[in-house]
Order: sequence, then C-alpha cells, then structure tokens
Amino acid sequence: MSARSNILNKLRSGLAGSIPRPDDFDERLVTEPWQYAPEDRITRLRNLMEAVHTEIHQVSSDNWPEKVAAILAERDLANLVHAPATAHGQQLAEYWQQSGSSVQLLAYDRPVEEWKEELFWEVDASITGTVGAIAATGSLVLWPDRHEPRLMSLLPPLHIALLKASEIEDNLYAMMQRQNWSAGLPTNLLLVSGPSKTADIEQVLAYGAHGPKELVVLILEDA
Amino acid sequence: MSQRIPVTELTSGFRDRAEVALADGQLRTNFRTAMDSLMKKRADAFPDEEEREGLRELGNRIKARALSRLPDLLEQLEAKLTDNGVRVHWAETTEQANEIVHGIIQARQGSQVVKGKSMVSEEMEMNDYLAERGVECLESDMGEYIVQLDGEKPSHIIMPAIHKNRHQVARLFHDKLGVEETDDVNELIQIGRRTLRRKFMEADVGVSGVNFAIAETGTLLLVENEGNGRMSTTAPPVHIAVTGIEKVVENLRDVVPLLSLLTRSALGQPITTYVNMISGPRKADELDGPEEVHLVLLDNGRSGAFADAQMRQTLNCIRCGACMNHCPVYTRVGGHTYGEVYPGPIGKIITPHMVGLHEVPDHPSASSLCGACGEVCPVKIPIPELLQRLRQENVKSPAEGPKVKDGGAKYSRKERLIWRFWQTLNTSPGLYRLFLWGATRFRKLTPKNVGPWTENHTAPVPAKRSLHDLAREHLARNGGQ
Repeated sequence: MSARSNILNKLRSGLAGSIPRPDDFDERLVTEPWQYAPEDRITRLRNLMEAVHTEIHQVSSDNWPEKVAAILAERDLANLVHAPATAHGQQLAEYWQQSGSSVQLLAYDRPVEEWKEELFWEVDASITGTVGAIAATGSLVLWPDRHEPRLMSLLPPLHIALLKASEIEDNLYAMMQRQNWSAGLPTNLLLVSGPSKTADIEQVLAYGAHGPKELVVLILEDA
Repeated sequence: MSQRIPVTELTSGFRDRAEVALADGQLRTNFRTAMDSLMKKRADAFPDEEEREGLRELGNRIKARALSRLPDLLEQLEAKLTDNGVRVHWAETTEQANEIVHGIIQARQGSQVVKGKSMVSEEMEMNDYLAERGVECLESDMGEYIVQLDGEKPSHIIMPAIHKNRHQVARLFHDKLGVEETDDVNELIQIGRRTLRRKFMEADVGVSGVNFAIAETGTLLLVENEGNGRMSTTAPPVHIAVTGIEKVVENLRDVVPLLSLLTRSALGQPITTYVNMISGPRKADELDGPEEVHLVLLDNGRSGAFADAQMRQTLNCIRCGACMNHCPVYTRVGGHTYGEVYPGPIGKIITPHMVGLHEVPDHPSASSLCGACGEVCPVKIPIPELLQRLRQENVKSPAEGPKVKDGGAKYSRKERLIWRFWQTLNTSPGLYRLFLWGATRFRKLTPKNVGPWTENHTAPVPAKRSLHDLAREHLARNGGQ
C-alpha cells in the first residue's frame, strides 16, 4: 500500500459515520468591520503603510516618472530596473529619453539565469505596477507575470510601486471577489505591506532583512 | 506490554530541564520580556472584543469544516496542484518525507539547499538528514539562522531565537562568521542579509513550509516578514514545500479570516509584510521562479489525532504561537525545556500524537490548567480540555485501551491501587470514621517526605480534630435551633 492510500484510508475510517460540516461562511465578519468611505481609503492605506516605513506620494498619472527620477536622485542611485513591455514601463522610458536622466534604465527582459549575479548584487532599484491595494491591512497586490517577473519586487534594495487610486479596495475579501481570484491565480500572487523587516533579535524591528530595504508607493490620481 | 519503563526515569527529562531553565536568570528575563510584549501586541491588534470573538468562531468553523472533509480536500488539492504543474508527494513518517526530499535533490544533483521557515522540516530533522548525505541545508529566517549557527533548536515556533539577547547574537556572529562584534541589531541583521543573499543565489533547491494549502485553486500560501520565504520559493530552480496534512482549507475565501487571525494572534500585525501565494512552477514564457515545485504532505501521527473526534480539534492549529506567549509555564521554563519540536500548550497536545506519550509523559501535566491558551487560541482549540483528556489517556491500563500513541505511559498499578483504596475509604462511612479516628490521633506519624510535594512545601499534617467532629459538636451546642 502506498503512503497516499494509507493516509487517506486512515482519515476516511476516522470520519466513518460522520457528515461533512455545512459551509456557513459569514462574509459580514470579514467585510463589515473593514469598510471605508472612498475618500478615506487612501488615508487608511497611508497610515498603515507609513507606520511600517513605507514612503508614499500622491502624484498625477501623467507626471509620475518625474517623481521617480527625483526619488532616485535623492538617494544617488545608479540604476533602475523596469518592465519595458508594460504601459507604465513605456511611459517611464519615454520620460527617461526626454529628460536625459543619468540613471541607467535596465530591463528585466531575459531569464534570471542569464543575469543572476547582476540582478542579485548590482541593481539599485526597481519599479513595478500593482493590480490594486487593500485599505484594511495596508497592502499592495502584485500580480507578477512575464513582463514583471517575481524577483523584481524582491531583490533590489529599493522597490517603487505604482498604485492607481481608483484600485484601492476596502478589504481582502472585496479584492478577491472583485478580481475573481478563485477563477484563476497567477504563478505567484503577492500581498506586499511594507519593506522587508524582521524582529527576530530581541523583537527589535529592523528593516531590510532579505527583501527591499525601502518601499516607495506612488499613488496615481487620475489626471 | 511487558517492559514498562519506570516512570521516574522518563519524567527526569522535562523536570531536570525545567529546573535548569528556572535557575537561569538571563533566559527568564529574555522570555518574560518577549512574552509580555507579544501579549500586549496581540491585545492591541484586537481592540474590539465582538469582532475578535466573531472571527475566532468563524476560524473554528472553517477548520472544523475542512477537517470534516479532509480526505476529499486532500485529493482535491492534489488534483488542482497537479493541474497547475506542482508534483505532490505523500509521507506517513518523517523518514519517508526525508527520503522524498532527498530524492528530489539527488535527481537535480543538488548540494545546496536554502530553507524558509518550516516547523514541519523541524519535525523531520531535515537539516541533519540532508547533512549526513552531503547536502548543505541552510536556514534563512534570521531567527532560524541564528539558532542553526549555534547548533540549537528553535525555542518558539514564530520567534526561534527569542531565548537569546542581542549580546549573545553578537558574540555568536563574531565567533562563527568572524565579523566584528556589534550590539547594533540593524548591523547584525545586515550581516545576516549579506551572508544569506549569496546562498539564495547559489542554492540548487529552496525548501519552505506552508501556512494554508487551498484546495479550490491549488495554491500554497506562505506568510512572512523578511522576504526569505519569497527568496527560497523563487530564486532556486527547485522549490520543495513540506507541510502537515491538516493545513488544507476548502476555499480561497476561507483564508481571509484565518490570515487575519494568524498574523494578529502571532505578532499583533494586521498582516505580514509578505503574503506569498504560489500556484505553480515557472510557466514557459516566464523569466523567473522555480522550474519544479513539489509539495510533500506529511502525516507523522496527525491521522492518529484525527481518529478521535475530540482530539481531532488539535489539528485546527494554524501555528500562531499565541498559546505559548500567554502560557505561565512556557514563559518561565522556555521552549527548550519541552525537548520537542513544538513547545508550549500546542506542543503538549500535538507532540504525544507524533512521538507517543512514552517520550513525553510529563507534557500533559506540565500545565496549571489556567485556561489562558484556550482563551487566546484563534481557532478555539479547547487546549485545557485536551490536556485533561491526555492526562486520562496517560494513566490508562493496557486493558483500558488508551487511544493515544503509547497511551498509559504513566500507568502504575501501585497508584491505581492507592486511588481505589482512597475511593473505597471515602465512600464507606464506617471505614471513613475509623480512618478519621486514626488520622487525628496518630497525626504526628504522617511521613515528613511525601514525594515531589515536600520538595517545595511542608508535609501536610491532619488537624487534631476532624471537620466531622467539629460539626457534630457545633450542632449539639446549637441543637434544635
């Protein structure tokens, strides 16, 4: 007998004579305490994310690349990895060309194996989109794909994330329902609620454990 | 059951370790400080009692529902994961699980493994197993890394190195990594970051645990703050997740309350920095992520707990650690005293199913039954009730058919006879009066040494006159009124 059938048989005999419990999931318990007026969502998100060292700026959807350049200049960074095939990646690249920025614009356009050393050690910053955010917990929702691979939001010490103000949901349940997650998830769906941190030594909070040391969110207001 | 090991020999483990721990001032300060802070954080994270209780009830129902369909859900999970390209393996024992993991590593000719935090891999003692076979297995959670560097085991399921203070970590890093000794926590973490980043880059295989396995979508959900979990599951070409069979939930929406309960109960955080939901290996056109993803489903005694409807509730556990943070025993003796992978109240009720009561005969009774663990449990496991049940199973005779692995570990005919005598004495009025007569007159003859009681207390001595006697006199004096 295989381990699989042994385990399943033991479990089935443990359940002999019992009936499955009904699904009485009460969604009000996870939605009602976490509802906000539309104008309060950004405030809630900001408060929670800023409390865990996230830097947040509200910018207009046509001139945000300027803000990106300013953020990089403040920190005196040498390069930024972006996703050239996305709309925001193109907008950024256009701005870069016009402004003649000295910050090198890198593209994550080949498999990680081809530039692992560089990606792990030499990339200063990354910029990715999000598919929305959750006000209740102060979380960004990232949906990595071919154009914006998973490691983009993890390896560089600075991660800049773009968030459309109109895509902030009240709570995780509402987000799941609106985007119909159960119909199909990507290889790796992520909720990101701040820069990487740890409290493993004496419960003292330290940022930049293994992932980004800094997270900057640009909330794009419709122009 | 011919060779019953004497109880005193078995009990020496926990008791001896407890005595050492209790005398260690530094250790007690480290735990007291940490547990006080964790209790406050949890309380602050649940400011609304009604909301908290509603959520705990919902959490309990979700786990009870999942367990009531466990075999079906495991099959559904397997089917969904397989569709998504994840390979699913089943292991009844930790030995089998280790063989599976080693087999996957061998097939890739791997020699370096980097691990995210996983308590199931601790159950398996995977690091040792792989090390013996020439595979380096490095912990990447900062706390686990510190503990591994010092050749220790975790003392808390969420905060593995909580028994150490910064000075102890500073000395450890200095001794083992050759870095300059610094007491600055930020600097210590940056040392860990630099050392481990190279390992993430070079590793052949990443190993992780699973917080929730979602049957509906075939998704493995992991929570963490550091990013080491994401690293371990994204950077190496192979990802192996190991988990207990009880971690499966039916629907994606079920994780909404469970996630909230988990992070708030564990750390007082509304959510962890990362919630990492993995539904498959790298797709053909994707540029990163592991080419292979494996899930190892481990039983290791869980189906034994499952077989009994009362003890099945043990499997509700979502591993938040709140029960140990609130436990007066754990706070005083620390995690290592338990001598097993899972310390504290949850350890006391889950470990007997894994290793048998012979190994942990003192676990069920290392509790004052104050009830704090049951009150804070986010999925409402009645831990005190289960401890009492295990105490009963612990002293059952072989004829009484104990229902837990190695039940009856503390069964003693002598003790049973004493209780039987005590019962007869207290239920036969004539005999009882005779006993009182003797006890009050020969009170000076009671022994000065009555076992463990007299280690810290004076021996009990019967009063000169019994309560019966006093009552009779009182009634006679006030008779008829």
